[in-house]
Amino acid sequence: MKDAFGAPQSLLVLGGTSEIALATARRLIALRTRTVRLAGRPSPALDAAAADLRARGADVRTVGFDALDAASHEAVLGAVFAEDDIDMVLLAFGIAGDQGRDEEEPLAAVRVAQTNYTGAVSAGLVCAGALQAQGHGSLVVLSSVAGERARRADFIYGSSKAGLDAFTQGLGDALHGTGVHVMVVRPGVVRSATAQATATGTASGTVPAAPPTAPRGGAALLAPERIVAARSASARFASAPLEASPLTTTPEAVAEAIVTGLRRRSETVWVPGSLRAVMSALRHVPRPLFRRLPI
Amino acid sequence: MSVDTVSLTGWGRTAPTTALRFRPRTYEEAAATVRGCGPRGSIARGLGRAHGDAAQNAGGSVLDMTALNRIRTIDAGSGRVVCDAGVSLHRLMEVLLPLGWFVPVTPTTRYVTVGGAIGADIHGRNQHLAGSFSRHVQELELLTAGGEIRTVRPGTALFDATAGGLGLTGVILSATLRCHRVTSAWMSVDTERAVDLDDLLDRLTAGDHRYRYSSAWIDLRARGRATGRSVLTRAEHVPRYALPARARRTPLSFRPGPLPSAPALVPEALLGGAPATLFNELRYRGAPTYRIGELQRLAAFFHPRDGLPQWHRAAGRAGSVRYQFAVGHGQEEALRRIVHRISRRRCPTSDAVLKRFGAGDPGWLSFPVPGWALALDLPAALPGLARFLDSLDEEVAGAGGRVCLAKDSRLRPELLAAMYPRLSDFRSLRAELDPGGAFRSDLSRRLSL
Ligand SMILES: Cc1cc2nc3c(=O)[nH]c(=O)nc-3n(C[C@H](O)[C@H](O)[C@H](O)COP(=O)(O)OP(=O)(O)OC[C@H]3O[C@@H](n4cnc5c(N)ncnc54)[C@H](O)[C@@H]3O)c2cc1C
Ligand SMILES: NC(=O)c1ccc[n+]([C@@H]2O[C@H](COP(=O)([O-])OP(=O)(O)OC[C@H]3O[C@@H](n4cnc5c(N)ncnc54)[C@H](OP(=O)(O)O)[C@@H]3O)[C@@H](O)[C@H]2O)c1
Repeated sequence: MKDAFGAPQSLLVLGGTSEIALATARRLIALRTRTVRLAGRPSPALDAAAADLRARGADVRTVGFDALDAASHEAVLGAVFAEDDIDMVLLAFGIAGDQGRDEEEPLAAVRVAQTNYTGAVSAGLVCAGALQAQGHGSLVVLSSVAGERARRADFIYGSSKAGLDAFTQGLGDALHGTGVHVMVVRPGVVRSATAQATATGTASGTVPAAPPTAPRGGAALLAPERIVAARSASARFASAPLEASPLTTTPEAVAEAIVTGLRRRSETVWVPGSLRAVMSALRHVPRPLFRRLPI
Repeated sequence: MSVDTVSLTGWGRTAPTTALRFRPRTYEEAAATVRGCGPRGSIARGLGRAHGDAAQNAGGSVLDMTALNRIRTIDAGSGRVVCDAGVSLHRLMEVLLPLGWFVPVTPTTRYVTVGGAIGADIHGRNQHLAGSFSRHVQELELLTAGGEIRTVRPGTALFDATAGGLGLTGVILSATLRCHRVTSAWMSVDTERAVDLDDLLDRLTAGDHRYRYSSAWIDLRARGRATGRSVLTRAEHVPRYALPARARRTPLSFRPGPLPSAPALVPEALLGGAPATLFNELRYRGAPTYRIGELQRLAAFFHPRDGLPQWHRAAGRAGSVRYQFAVGHGQEEALRRIVHRISRRRCPTSDAVLKRFGAGDPGWLSFPVPGWALALDLPAALPGLARFLDSLDEEVAGAGGRVCLAKDSRLRPELLAAMYPRLSDFRSLRAELDPGGAFRSDLSRRLSL
């Protein structure tokens, strides 16, 4: 059960290696969380994530879950809920795709849409049903600022997030009064501390063309969270021009905003908070002008 | 029997969950509900005055007991009352006072049910003399997991598990109470100020045995040398012959005023830091240094806030948390440390109460232990409050103390066994009587009761 401050005792993460999700799980374990289920595609990274959380004192298990295999969601997630109550579901899976390539290869673009939107619709509905049956719990969905208004630079990813965001809001309204709390989280560009160090290290203006390569030498010695970090979410989710903006944030900051949102039972959370004002202005910029904005 | 799906919280309005609410009007309907409850179990609920999640049951059934509200018999000679569990103390006062009887124990609100009073084994300002509510229960009827009704008497394990058992041993259907004889509905109140915490503890220790009712409002915003300064109010029922002529005409009329008395008019949660300090300053300075024999109506003395039923909403959407703990005699140092920590943190609180407890009662999860009990309300939205209260818990547990479960909405489950030594007995009795988990609540899930 959640306590008076919205801190859950059990957590289910969909997208078990997500940096943001793991930062959130670490924070919640420091509060009340004792049970964590990490759902994701089986991989060494998923096991490493589980081991790290286990070392912090939680009872952690991994669950095989593929967002693209919607037909399996009911069975896979149903089994998790059948075991015991889940106080909070964090829907964190998502891919950024590669805008340039995705425009060339429609099937690649569809994969982005299917992961971020269709996959989330099916997993979200399965979880919502289970939460409703147990009469309590929070469904926290990681949307993105990119879904707020489509940009030339990442509209394939952005549109998938726009769909996810609208779906989540509607679901929140549908579940109003059922004891289930639905929260949309809209982060700006999220960069782990390590990735940020790399980014500021490169000469200003030159944006790495390819995702940063895996850390050289001693990778095996790095803690799992650093390996995940080194895959640099920034390169996948951020589009170049926003990168230098003060509206970037870190997984830890998103985690903190989520914990605060749980306490306040917020329905929408922006990270950083200033994005709310920025985006409400940007939303009303006329298109001819918006096109020319350097964002 | 009406049935609906509702979102429920405790009085603190935190952590809402949804349940199917049944409103049985007969024992048979209640039994049918318990027998038919699904895998998520059922729990009794009275007037929902418990601050935390004790009377809610996410995804399961909640038995709203307030339709079972008949007072069955009153023995006007001996003060023995048999009533349904859904009868409120308010109703009992209305009926009993004119006959010259008063409820044996009343909390600071009279809008609680007899079932809730036993389920939380509530204590009042007379705890140091009269113990808690269940000490005055001669017998009760309990609806158990299988749906059968058992008569339970003091001195049995089932009684001790049920008194303070938070509805987890079954649904109390009726109770036989022993009431307290009074000859008027008036109180004679003595007030004195204590300049700091030590002064307060000394005064309580020295004088409590002379009064039936005693408690102190403590200014938790005062710092430095004034830390713990308080206003102590102690009272006795006024005998009829001592009433002034006007009051003597209708000595037993129970007329609770429509409005709360002055200090209660200001909902403390509306007060941020500075106004709370000012308010406390006024309240402290406004109280007489020493005054004896002030006449007050019973309701004004016991239930100053009941006239303003919605005041608890003032804490806003995030709701409020009530923190109440007790530490034993000899643990004054721990109490002092905690009071100093709360004061230094400048919590926006203006209604903290300190009470000296007498002997506890045998209820396994019953709260009172001989010693000191402090209660305060805090807005749940206060940043950092969760961790702060966790650290106070450590201090309380370290001193062999405990927090009150009927008020709780946030205790770390790991600390429970240290605070309640009879917890394992409680758990095994439940496992034996209710292996299928017919009785569950959000609190029992959260704390693995
Ligand atoms: C303003 C205020 C002041 C208070 N002051 C005091 C005080 O001075 N001292 C004190 O001790 N408490 C105090 N309380 C707490 C309150 O007295 C208790 O929480 C009491 O249990 C509330 O009774 P209720 O009928 O509202 O029960 P609920 O809040 O509905 O339920 C409380 C518990 O009792 C159980 N229960 C209720 N009915 C039954 C039944 N028929 N059979 C079995 N279990 C049942 C529930 O399952 C739950 O666990 C105060 C509360 C408020 C809001
Ligand atoms: N990072 C940002 O800048 C940013 C900004 C705004 C919003 N967001 C959103 O926040 C969420 C988490 O971000 P993050 O930075 O923590 O991401 P991340 O570290 O890249 O993690 C993404 C997660 O999604 C999982 N995933 C991808 N495809 C999947 C599939 N088909 N089935 C199951 N899982 C799949 C990945 O699992 P694998 O390990 O198996 O690949 C990984 O666990 C994403 O939804 C993202 O869109 C991110």
